[in-house]
Amino acid sequence: MIQLAKRRRIRKLESKGAVRRTSKRSSKTKKIAKTVDSVLGPGKLAPNFSLNSTPDQKVSLNDFRGQPVILAFYPADWSPVCTDQLSLYAMVMPEFKKFNAELLAISVDNIWSHLAFVKDRKLNFPVLADFEPKGGVSRKYGAYKERIGESARALFVIDDKGVIRWSHLSPDGINPGADGILSALENLNKAQATEKS
Amino acid sequence: MSGTTTVARKRTTGKTLLETTSKETAGEYEAPRLAVPVTPERDHIEGPVKAALTLVEYGDYQCPYCGAAYPEVKKVQKELGSELRFVFRNFPLTNIHEYAMNAAETAEAASAQGKFWPMHDFLYEHQPTLGNTSVALGYARTLGLDGQKFEREIAQHLYQKRIKDDFMGGVRSGVNGTPTFYVNGIRHDEDAVARALIEGLKQT
Repeated sequence: MIQLAKRRRIRKLESKGAVRRTSKRSSKTKKIAKTVDSVLGPGKLAPNFSLNSTPDQKVSLNDFRGQPVILAFYPADWSPVCTDQLSLYAMVMPEFKKFNAELLAISVDNIWSHLAFVKDRKLNFPVLADFEPKGGVSRKYGAYKERIGESARALFVIDDKGVIRWSHLSPDGINPGADGILSALENLNKAQATEKS
Repeated sequence: MSGTTTVARKRTTGKTLLETTSKETAGEYEAPRLAVPVTPERDHIEGPVKAALTLVEYGDYQCPYCGAAYPEVKKVQKELGSELRFVFRNFPLTNIHEYAMNAAETAEAASAQGKFWPMHDFLYEHQPTLGNTSVALGYARTLGLDGQKFEREIAQHLYQKRIKDDFMGGVRSGVNGTPTFYVNGIRHDEDAVARALIEGLKQT
């Protein structure tokens, strides 16, 4: 509630021209970044990885070179169904596919938990186990919470050449939804169309 | 206030997801905004069309949390009276709720005959019966609707495009599960209980 009151105060000040929105944004970005040391940002080459999607199948990021890839790190399988981030993504999948994008979800849960979770939630994309060494890939992306031992809720959109074009770290407990991913994919399309012309 | 706070994600009862977060992060976070403005020509609006306060819900008729939030919304409406307009938009999670689309189509078919809100309320008050379509049909007849037209429109999926449009509009607004509420156009990340919703509406 404090945050609502604060937001209202800021808005009042803004309407008087006392505060510029841009300055508020930049301070916000810094503060969110503090909770996890450094989630990899746009322009960086996405570190390759190879993780199990089933007990005898591995998925590598480099397998998807030539198409956009969405990486969704999340803390744990089995969050409540109606607010489950991955269930939502399964429903939005046709929209992601319009951009020829592949979605890979990653958490530190083991492969047997993932298999049951995928079946239960009817997930239609690979769910990868960052299990051994625990959180190894999440760490490379700056998306690991050491104290809790879980991946952070972090999203990355990677272009066809393996470069990160957008990343987002959600505050704990907040499911980010899918709008940020869709906007990033749209921007990627626009940027690539400009490069070609 | 101490340096940490507990965020409970919109559970009214049986809270299952509790995470501790740093105060600093919560304080600086800015919630997403409604991407599709409320339009009286298209939206289902309860309360004065030009009311000062606006509560928008993206909901799924089969979702138990939406069922739990339903009486909370009623409390908000009772308390705020004509200050508030309440807008309901469809967000059926069809991959996990097998009757959600049919229920949304049922409410839209009732809407076509001018009875959206009675049917909306009936569906939430009779969630366990959603698998049995004759229950809603019986209620449609009680409301005086043309039962044949009602049944035909549902069978022909006449309103499915509208429902899917609602869904995608919700996705673009940052809907992240059901129910998702917007208080005066800002996503309500607090609990879906009357007290928190009223506070959000009055403070934004």
